[in-house]
Amino acid sequence: MRILLGATLALLAAAAMAAEVAPEQRRSGYDFASPQVRAMQDDDTANPGMLWVSGGESLWTKKAGLAALSCGDCHGDARTSMKGVAVRYPAFDATLGRPIDLEQRINLCRTEHQRAGPFGREGEDLLALTAFVANKSRGLPVAVNESPELKPFSELGDKLFHRREGQLNLSCSQCHDDNWGKRLAGNVIPQGHPTGYPVYRLEWQSLGSLQRRLHNCMTARAPILTSTAPRRWSHLSSI
Amino acid sequence: MPRVLINLPERATRGEIIEIRTLIQHPMETGYRLDGNGARIPRDIINRFACTYNGEEVFRAELFPAIAANPFIAFSTIATRSGELIFSWTGDDGQTQIESRHIIVE
Amino acid sequence: MNKAIRDLVGEAEPQQSKVKLELPSIVENGNAVPLTVSVESPMTEADHVEAIHIFNQKNPQPYVAVFHVGPRAGKARVSTRIRLADSQRMVAIARLNDGSFWSDSADVIVTLAACTEQ
Repeated sequence: MRILLGATLALLAAAAMAAEVAPEQRRSGYDFASPQVRAMQDDDTANPGMLWVSGGESLWTKKAGLAALSCGDCHGDARTSMKGVAVRYPAFDATLGRPIDLEQRINLCRTEHQRAGPFGREGEDLLALTAFVANKSRGLPVAVNESPELKPFSELGDKLFHRREGQLNLSCSQCHDDNWGKRLAGNVIPQGHPTGYPVYRLEWQSLGSLQRRLHNCMTARAPILTSTAPRRWSHLSSI
Repeated sequence: MPRVLINLPERATRGEIIEIRTLIQHPMETGYRLDGNGARIPRDIINRFACTYNGEEVFRAELFPAIAANPFIAFSTIATRSGELIFSWTGDDGQTQIESRHIIVE
Repeated sequence: MNKAIRDLVGEAEPQQSKVKLELPSIVENGNAVPLTVSVESPMTEADHVEAIHIFNQKNPQPYVAVFHVGPRAGKARVSTRIRLADSQRMVAIARLNDGSFWSDSADVIVTLAACTEQ
């Protein structure tokens, strides 16, 4: 059933904390896409995101840094070593004392083990490598991390997810928990699961990270979480 | 160098019609978009794609800004003899990117 | 678009047959619309499609692509992805080796996303 968001929002104005999507109702963004988009995604020979996966495959074997090591030199064949890795992120990093995402993990390997400069965020190389590594976990469910160290971060993320922000005074939850499946200005609102990233987004005509996607939601007239990195990672932990 | 993905069978039987699918990473800047300052972003697209098979052109496409970014082109050709297929993409700047693939035809 | 088509076919009237232009009738995102065009033809030396021209009605330019096929193709069938700025008509015109023109058209409704993103 499609209801204009404007009308529904008026009713929600005084709503208490919105309810999370029940487990049996959880649906991937894939389910909300048109048949053509799904067909494009399903076909590895036509999915433009595969251009980045293939780029990552080349980078995997490229020696880098003072240590002159490639990813493959330590991790061997990515098909086995990287299977199940992407779904464990964000993960708690003991040294840093906070959660890190897959991109940061790759950069930690790069700086600490390869002894090379870190890749830039949203740069072509990091997108390609992340896409390549994530591709090795294709089909696996995201492993929700319940470890105690992550608790304060996911609790903060949960709060942020439900907090109204910006000009429109909207929280993430109001769209993605309460109004998923309905339409907002021509688009179907998905449930906002952070799965399947980095993603080839048609509006970008390029691959991009979860951060970029969150950024886009927030430039819909809300303060952008830029260097407040811990808050962003807590978002991820909570979702 | 823009990344390229080419899909075609490694082997085919003589006379078989094979499908070839190609993808190349390219923004295909239309020349109609405006940047943050209101200035036109200049056009920059791949305007020509061609495939030769053992030296003979078997397919050619002229492309215009209406072709989506990261252009996908799928076409077919008859597997005649074993040999080399050469794919070329030419941009507005006159530069051409070339990739080759082998096919075994029995 | 009509002028561009006229420039191609001259005085001739393309026959609306043999050509099949496939596009989704409703598109949610105009950034990458799949298009497949095929022409019924034996694709022999004696009888084949030389080129398929694709036109659009409302984008800033009428031309989308020209596919040069020929007897080495086996079949006249090409797929690509296009951009559509608005709901509009698409036209495909095939020129055979005997100089004749054949065509097909498809109407596409594009529901545009309201936000363009960085």
